[in-house]
Amino acid sequence: MGKQVPVAEGVFTWPADEPRLLGSTCTDCANVMFPTQSSCSKCSGQSTEVTELGRTGELWTWTVQGYPPKSPPYAGDVDPQTFEPFGVGYVELPGELRVETRLTINDPAQMKIGMEMELTFVPLFTNDDGDEVVTFAFAPIEQETP
Amino acid sequence: MTTDDVAIVGIGMHPFGRHEGVSGMDMGVTAVRSALADAGVQWEDIQFAFGGSVSAGSPDTMVSKLGLTGLQFINVANGCATGGSALFSAYNSIKSGMFDLGIAIGFDKHERGAFRVSTRASGLRSWYGASGMALTTQFFGMKINRYMHEHGITTDSLARVSEKAFRNGSMNEMAWRRKPLTIEDIKASAMLSYPLTQYMFCSPGEGGVALILARADKAHQYTDAPIYLKAAVVRSRRFGSFEVMAPHIALEHNAGPTADASAAAFEMAGMGPGDMDIAQLQDTESGAEIMHMAENGFCEHGEQEHLLAAGETEIGGRFPVNTDGGCLANGEPVGASGLRQVYENVLQLRGDAGARQVPNDPRTAYTHVYGAPGISGVTILAR
Ligand SMILES: [Zn+2]
Repeated sequence: MGKQVPVAEGVFTWPADEPRLLGSTCTDCANVMFPTQSSCSKCSGQSTEVTELGRTGELWTWTVQGYPPKSPPYAGDVDPQTFEPFGVGYVELPGELRVETRLTINDPAQMKIGMEMELTFVPLFTNDDGDEVVTFAFAPIEQETP
Repeated sequence: MTTDDVAIVGIGMHPFGRHEGVSGMDMGVTAVRSALADAGVQWEDIQFAFGGSVSAGSPDTMVSKLGLTGLQFINVANGCATGGSALFSAYNSIKSGMFDLGIAIGFDKHERGAFRVSTRASGLRSWYGASGMALTTQFFGMKINRYMHEHGITTDSLARVSEKAFRNGSMNEMAWRRKPLTIEDIKASAMLSYPLTQYMFCSPGEGGVALILARADKAHQYTDAPIYLKAAVVRSRRFGSFEVMAPHIALEHNAGPTADASAAAFEMAGMGPGDMDIAQLQDTESGAEIMHMAENGFCEHGEQEHLLAAGETEIGGRFPVNTDGGCLANGEPVGASGLRQVYENVLQLRGDAGARQVPNDPRTAYTHVYGAPGISGVTILAR
């Protein structure tokens, strides 16, 4: 047991020293999409290439998932006794897109539109092989207090 | 009225709510029978039907209960716009000259709790739901949170919309939630998806609605008070809009399918927002009603804060919105929800809405639905 595995192949680079989300860029109009797709939602072009997306951006909007989601589809903890509310938001990756993501914070008092965030990974559940399944999330970038 | 207009000549509804032991289909059948009685016609007179249900079976199988007359019966499934799509199809079937008399039917019966999303059916891969993101409630929380940030809407306004909905619902014998709640009750209920609390959300529910449509020049055969369908429009999302079930949104901004459907409906009807006397707007949660007031052209973004505080959208206000309690008080049986709005508008235009009848002698009425994966439907009625 003991290793970490990604929630799905092809969503982010894994394993990697500095994992990144994988999107698609349209070779005709440069539109960037996430996750990868083979045709363009903007110009209907049918040629895209896989791109590694930026790791940092600003929180564009957010909410807190306050109750256990239905399972399926959710793979994380749904026990009402132990369920921890989790943040969800869109992070704006400059020049690319706004990506929907889990957040590592869940306290509305800590969450501000415009705050700087960076990509990280969080455990979802332990699979039958004893491996820890991880998915992506964004965490606040610690600001140095002046 | 012009000769190619379409009129609604009969309406029927099965109460919304939870009905143990009654199938969604049976609620649809009840609604059909009451619409037939309202129009004074028999099932065998109906030339075509469009039926919509998302979770309660294939609508066309209801002919075994209503009578095997051989009519053209087409099933419609289009997410939250299912009812609107059935109505749109019925409208065009008459407007084209193909038929004289037909019916649009919507019914549904959903399991308890938030909608369970099939990521596969939504064109999404399983990691999206597995990771905890395939929830419509999250989208509504995130959209209104951003909207409040940009346009200065407060939590008090969110609570005011719910308070109005439950008050209006308390005057509606067909509504599910008929107990008025205070602003304090609403704000203090469980936080489901910040900033939205339990009583700011509608719940998936059960119910059925049927509407009988006829060529306008024949409408007086069936009713003394035909209500004319001046526009029926469905629009999907364009690039750059912010929609439910979206792993990403583009940096480029588009106002969304509601703005598109609204503009197209007003053009079709030859009217504008200022010509409407009442409206039923999609209120999956209270923030949605607020945003949809502006997206449909009834006010500027941000203006809702003072419109709500001044009671302008109350039944006795300048522009009543969601007079039957909306989705908040009625719940959302998806296949029936859009037709419920039209049913309410027909009652209001006939002057038959009882305790919740708006006092402004309405001549025009507007409906709007919105749902996954970014679809809006609008109708405009006039008498
Ligand atoms: Zn393109």
